[in-house]
Amino acid sequence: MLEIKNLHARIVDDGTEIIRGLNLTVKAGEVAAIMGPNGSGKSTLSYILAGREDYEVTEGDILYNGQSILEMDPAERATSGIFLAFQYPMEIPGVATMEFLKVAMNEQRKARGEEPLKIPEFLKRVKEAAASLSMDMNMLKRPLNVGFSGGEKKRAEILQMKLLEPKLCVLDETDSGLDIDALKIVSDGVNALRAPDRAFLVITHYQRLLEHIVPDSVHVLYKGQVIKSGDKSLALDLEANGYAGVIGEAA
Amino acid sequence: MSGATLMNMHTQPQRTPAETALIDAFGERLSLLPGDGAVMLKRDDAIEAVKHGLPTRRIESWHYTDLRRLLNSVPDFDPAAMAKALAPIIDGSAVLPILNGKSEAKLPAVDGVTFQRLSEKLTDGSIAPGLDPYGSDDAIGALNTAFVADGYFVDIADGVELEKPIELQNLQAGGQAHVRLPVRVGAGAKAVIVERQAGEGAALVSSVSQLVLDDDAEVTWLIVQEQPDTATHLAQFKAHIGKNARLTLFVINAGGKLVRQEVLVKTTGEGADFKLRGINLLAGDSHSDVTMVLDHAVPHTTSTEIIRNVVTGKARGVFQGRINVHQYAQKTNAKMACNTLLLSDDGEFSTKPELEIFADDVVCGHGATVTEIDHNHLFYLMARGVDEKSARGLLVKAFVAEVIEELDDEAIVEALEARLDDWFVTHG
Repeated sequence: MLEIKNLHARIVDDGTEIIRGLNLTVKAGEVAAIMGPNGSGKSTLSYILAGREDYEVTEGDILYNGQSILEMDPAERATSGIFLAFQYPMEIPGVATMEFLKVAMNEQRKARGEEPLKIPEFLKRVKEAAASLSMDMNMLKRPLNVGFSGGEKKRAEILQMKLLEPKLCVLDETDSGLDIDALKIVSDGVNALRAPDRAFLVITHYQRLLEHIVPDSVHVLYKGQVIKSGDKSLALDLEANGYAGVIGEAA
Repeated sequence: MSGATLMNMHTQPQRTPAETALIDAFGERLSLLPGDGAVMLKRDDAIEAVKHGLPTRRIESWHYTDLRRLLNSVPDFDPAAMAKALAPIIDGSAVLPILNGKSEAKLPAVDGVTFQRLSEKLTDGSIAPGLDPYGSDDAIGALNTAFVADGYFVDIADGVELEKPIELQNLQAGGQAHVRLPVRVGAGAKAVIVERQAGEGAALVSSVSQLVLDDDAEVTWLIVQEQPDTATHLAQFKAHIGKNARLTLFVINAGGKLVRQEVLVKTTGEGADFKLRGINLLAGDSHSDVTMVLDHAVPHTTSTEIIRNVVTGKARGVFQGRINVHQYAQKTNAKMACNTLLLSDDGEFSTKPELEIFADDVVCGHGATVTEIDHNHLFYLMARGVDEKSARGLLVKAFVAEVIEELDDEAIVEALEARLDDWFVTHG
């Protein structure tokens, strides 16, 4: 489903290269965990997948279902089924959350040639999704993410993921800022979405999240490259021994 | 050539076509204008001010809106112009249309409210004392006093709480329209008043609203200005706010070629509160100016002013906000903010806040920002599949809608958001 080939990318503003020859393949139905120390390029990778224009791909390619997505803008990528759950979701004053959800869902439907949702059907879906994440509907009456706690913002991201039903879900440190209860709720939300035709890229610092969202593969990112891949035992190994050993092997 | 004529030539710069047209029109219209002797004297004085010349950038209060230069032509009065009344922005409102400067003989019936055509009050002279301009640089007041032919007088009796808004519609279909809207809101009375300014011609419009709030009165006044991009709209809103009375003035400027909306407010009783919320949606090559002078004239009065501007195309905008805190007006609390979203390289917005404080125990502040669309916000919305154009639209609307949402009356919020949507459909 996702094939990243010898990807090189830099920050547009100052030319700093962050991703330096990254290779990664994720199959449909697979949950791939990306781990790595601070500054290894994990978040950058998630932004590049989503199409943020602050980064520029200088070499290599990203294939999604066999097609390069490099020329697609963030909206086109999203409507084609790529979803990024932000590490730091934006607060956008003045944009009502419900209005935003409706616009986003209907824009995606429009791009797929589907009719816009009728209001009762829209409300029903939002209510169900919110209930499954233990979210108060009153929260959704506020402007988008404004005044939400860190945990509420992460839940809101998963809520959007549920409603938009993407095919490739990129979760950027979704566990950061979550207490144990919230972590469980969010992980359950993600697990409920696991499906044979849907893949996940779970970016995290810690093994903790992977106890709840059990990965099929684990990849260690360091200095913009995948330096080691393995199964879920690799995450346990990293938790026990740190990154130094893996980095040493690769060097 | 006599010496007197020569001197006159030195002191009187050559008249612009607009000045000449106004002076000529006054001569032609005079016999048609209603008014007793006192009113006609006020008109004579007022046209003298026009003869003196329209204000230029050298007059401080007109520095950013050089009326003499910008008003380059004045349309003739057009007796054949036919404007049509509009559906009110809030369902169930009592509508009082003024079509091409003329009010309707048939007046709505609202319990506790007296309506009267302004032409009658000009004819009997009872309105004369209110016709004096606001100081020597008051070009709008002078122009209006010279030409005003009609409008409505509204009196809301003490203690009356109106369930439905009153909508005053000043509608033009070309030519000239000069109207005046004096409104008294009695002690403890409550009302929502909509002042609708719209039309479809390249008209010259002057409109003066005069509001008096007696003690404990509470008024939300909405000015919705949607003139076509060919019209010149010169408007003034004057208010006196009595003891413990509260006034919220909401101004949406979403049209016109040359627009100046003056807001002249005075707190006259302790505990008076004034809120100004303004949204300027500027497009094309229009010039729009909102100029406020607020006098905190007595102790213990409060005010907040928030202006949000969206500038597109080659539009130019101005906000001048002057707060005068008089010597005895201790414990005044006033805050003013002007935020601009600049969406084009060719647009511009000038903000001039002025605080003149003669009391020593007050809290006064002001702030101004100019921003572009936040790229992080844009990315977030697009990452959810909203295309760039719609995402920008959402963010621009959000920028101005914030000041609407704080109004707690749902009917008003919906009505104002509908006006915004209208503008975004045309200019998005």
